[in-house]
Amino acid sequence: MILQPKAQIMDKAAIDRALRRVAHEIVEKNQGTQGLVFIGIRRRGVPLAERLRDNVRDIEGKEVPLGVLDITLYRDDLTTRSDAPEVHRTEVPCSVQGRKIVLCDDVLYTGRTVRAALDAIMDLGRPQAIQLAVLIDRGHRELPIRADYVGKNVPTSGREVIEVKFKEIDDTEDKVLIVEKVEE
Amino acid sequence: MALRRKDILTLEDMSVQEMQAILDNASSFKEILGRDIKKVPTLRGKSILTLFYEASTRTRTSFELAGKYLSADTVNIATTTSAIVKGETLKDTAWTVEAMGIDCIVMRHPIAGAPHFLARICQASIVNAGDGMHEHPTQGLLDMFSIAERKGRLKGLKVAIIGDIFHSRVARSNIWGLGKMGADVWLAGPSTLIPPEVERMGETFGSRGGRLRVTCRVEEAIEAADVVMVLRLQLERQKKGLFPSIREYARLFGVDRRRLALAKDDFILMHPGPMNRGVEIASNAADADYSVIIDQVTNGVAVRMAVLYLLLGGGGGEEAVADKGGEVR
Repeated sequence: MILQPKAQIMDKAAIDRALRRVAHEIVEKNQGTQGLVFIGIRRRGVPLAERLRDNVRDIEGKEVPLGVLDITLYRDDLTTRSDAPEVHRTEVPCSVQGRKIVLCDDVLYTGRTVRAALDAIMDLGRPQAIQLAVLIDRGHRELPIRADYVGKNVPTSGREVIEVKFKEIDDTEDKVLIVEKVEE
Repeated sequence: MALRRKDILTLEDMSVQEMQAILDNASSFKEILGRDIKKVPTLRGKSILTLFYEASTRTRTSFELAGKYLSADTVNIATTTSAIVKGETLKDTAWTVEAMGIDCIVMRHPIAGAPHFLARICQASIVNAGDGMHEHPTQGLLDMFSIAERKGRLKGLKVAIIGDIFHSRVARSNIWGLGKMGADVWLAGPSTLIPPEVERMGETFGSRGGRLRVTCRVEEAIEAADVVMVLRLQLERQKKGLFPSIREYARLFGVDRRRLALAKDDFILMHPGPMNRGVEIASNAADADYSVIIDQVTNGVAVRMAVLYLLLGGGGGEEAVADKGGEVR
């Protein structure tokens, strides 16, 4: 099976505009930045959280703390893999106790990653609330989870894969692609 | 990179990449130890047995806690209150606990090679927690982790290992591990406690490995060292009069502040414990700022979490075991 690029659905300008809107929605819904913490899920949730934090700084002039979450130890598919994936550090700079967490990830799909992230955050303490921000919601949920903030809704088929590229990680310009799995 | 093996028996047979994978993962597990809630659900449903045929405080406890912090179920067999006193063989004990569903056996045994035997006859993962005078691989790994944590690297460091090399499985694991990772290892102690074959270990460190040097003068080993690792004088194993008296040993080979003044300014002092204060290590040195002896204990839990995660975290069942290169009975 190979992955064949099908279409580019967002370029850098579109991603920037979407994240600026999402940042406004976050500030509006929370009536400012009081008690907010951005937490990005490794790996591509991290640049997303950083950009939302930068946008909120531009809007409100306030610095919101930013944490990084590694969910490897909370995955529900560990026992079906033949080897154990490397564990990276979870780095949350402040207590989550009583805070409003904005959990950030690039793509929302089955919801299993978010489920694992919720458990991982709960093990750090008891937040007042957890909200979910994603760049792409592609549907096909397997768990009762929904996003509070969505950059773009993209209806997909099960054979398609959404690839988000960020310049910090992928060494290329920011973009979102749809690729298709095809039999060789 | 993950660990593609069923058991951890020695550092002699472990590659640089495998050791590096364990050390990399261990630093992530150390973060969990600093949390209010020291528990992650990763090994839920796995069970770990600690089977110790010799006395132990820190190794057994740290394996047990490492398993518990990962949500595994841990049980302990104390040999004095088990069927072992009725004469049950190691093989029967192992098969009995395996029949109860044990996924991993952590064993300490007075005979070198006992864990290798267990690994051959068991489907469960075997972790060697010390076999006779042979190896103690997780101690070697936690010492390497503690050094890298302070020094940022292992390659090119001068590490002095001082004391009873002959009886020390800790020394052997550290020599293999540190040597292969590129540290220059110096061994010092009474010539009666340095086995002649030890010098040949340096020949197999590999092209990226460090050098191995042996001396009978403690000062020569400590001079300009980045790390001074003091070994416990194993009083329970000294039967043949290999040195005249404990007092003379302390005077000639004991590590004290005067001798440590020869080391680099930012050196660290290590000891695998339990210490004989006033024998191989002076009490005021063991408690000084340069001592990382307590950090070693904390790091031991993090390293053992990494080891258990890498052995038990991925896969289950016969396919995965076979896939990891282990035998399926």
